[in-house]
Amino acid sequence: MSENKTVNQDLPLLKVKDLHVYYGAIHAVKGISLEVHQGEIVTLIGANGAGKSTTLNTIAGLLKPRQGSIVLDGVPVDGTGASKMVYKGLSLCPEGRRVFQHMTVRENLEMGAYSRPKGEIESSLEDVFSRFPRLKEREKQIGGTLSGGEQQMLAMARALMSKPKLMMLDEPSMGLAPILVDQIFGIIKELHESGVTILLVEQNAQMALSVADRAYVLETGRITMSGNAAELLQNDDVQKAYLGN
Amino acid sequence: MQPFLDFLVGFLNQLVNGISLGSIYAIIALGYTMVYGIAKMLNFAHGDVIMVGAYISYCAFQYWGLSPLASVLTAMVFCTVLGVIIERLAYRPLRQATSLAVLITAIGMSYLLQNIALLIFKSDFKNYPKEIINVPSLTASLYGRELKVSGVSIVTIVTTIVIMVLLTLFINRTKLGKAMRCVSEDRGAAELMGISVNKTISVTFAIGSALAAIAAVLLCSAQWNFDPYTGSMPGIKAFTAAVFGGIGSIPGAMLGGVLLGVIEILGGAYISTQLSDAIVFLVLIIILLVKPSGLLGKQIREKV
Repeated sequence: MSENKTVNQDLPLLKVKDLHVYYGAIHAVKGISLEVHQGEIVTLIGANGAGKSTTLNTIAGLLKPRQGSIVLDGVPVDGTGASKMVYKGLSLCPEGRRVFQHMTVRENLEMGAYSRPKGEIESSLEDVFSRFPRLKEREKQIGGTLSGGEQQMLAMARALMSKPKLMMLDEPSMGLAPILVDQIFGIIKELHESGVTILLVEQNAQMALSVADRAYVLETGRITMSGNAAELLQNDDVQKAYLGN
Repeated sequence: MQPFLDFLVGFLNQLVNGISLGSIYAIIALGYTMVYGIAKMLNFAHGDVIMVGAYISYCAFQYWGLSPLASVLTAMVFCTVLGVIIERLAYRPLRQATSLAVLITAIGMSYLLQNIALLIFKSDFKNYPKEIINVPSLTASLYGRELKVSGVSIVTIVTTIVIMVLLTLFINRTKLGKAMRCVSEDRGAAELMGISVNKTISVTFAIGSALAAIAAVLLCSAQWNFDPYTGSMPGIKAFTAAVFGGIGSIPGAMLGGVLLGVIEILGGAYISTQLSDAIVFLVLIIILLVKPSGLLGKQIREKV
């Protein structure tokens, strides 16, 4: 998955600067700046409504920022539009999974590789099936009949099918039983170890901080803290606000 | 025994007529259901694209000296372009607007097309050239009675079957067809895959409009004449058929169309000619009371 190496390792893979996003009159994201470097897992944590998903959706091109810049691998990508972002090397595994309910597992994965030439799909399918053996077993099953955990795996596998430079995950643990949450985070760790760069949004701060390299804490549209994930995990304020200690 | 055999053969004749009419509804209904499924709008101008197809194929054959097949193809190309232009100019700017605004626009587009046709061709009926579908009728003898299938019916039924097979293969096997299914199900997720929603909607309008041109030729050949209002009633019936079968569902549109045609013809033959339309809508109301999503309308609950 890590074949798309950046030319300049010192430049961040993703650089977001002073991002402002509005929903009508509501100022949802108020000047967020963040960076993700090649090979990192970076997480955005924060309460419901802090602007985490809005930030991801804006980076993915689903929402238009009113102000600010987004640079991916040295190329400005703000205003690109969601359907072209995947061609630029960015894929989003959206909140609520949004697996194609009426399509088979295999078809869902093929759609994930929509942006790529036909000849390359088969090898990516094999790669994804080796990471997610459960999906291989369910290859011909219809997406809507999978369990929540399987749908999350499918959504992640689908996002990987485009061979992204940066994969963004929005609330992968949402609505899953604790044992499945562990399993999903196990997979995220494995992806990280194999070199996939990940920007992760989570309400489950404990889990997110335990797998991430660095973290940003969001509160009502602003970044209030940032730094090394392990250190933030020990931080008193973070503990009080997000970890319930 | 004799009256029963009279009835039986008569019934079979009517049934074939019903299937033939219903096949035309099915082809038109496909345009409604695909556009609804993918663009989430009701294109009430679809019926009038049929009317345009009728005039173009008529002119191509009568005045431009084209062969029957070339006339049909000309109408298909013209309608395809027209459908894409209508979508581009009238509906795309309203993509974020309320569905009511889009609906009113579609109705306005319907009147616009009718009135342009009135200006150019005047309101009188034109005879549709019989030579465009020139196939001999099929006659069989059953218990000494005549079972007759007209040439237009044969062409209609065969064409419909071919369209159904090709469309099903297109939707399920091709990359573009699968992209259409994705957009139909979840526009945002489809965009994240790299699918251009605008392009997909354009393709949908193109296919629907090309089918409308085919329907125009079949319809006008069956009823022999046409005028600028020719498309509106079949359009409404086909829309009903699409709802009947489950709007958004392609097999539903096919089933709904054929059933609607059969009910209309049999109701007209055995209950009352005047009431045949009323019977059609009565059946629709009953079906929707029992199954609001239509015969084949899907409803998969989301799993958490």
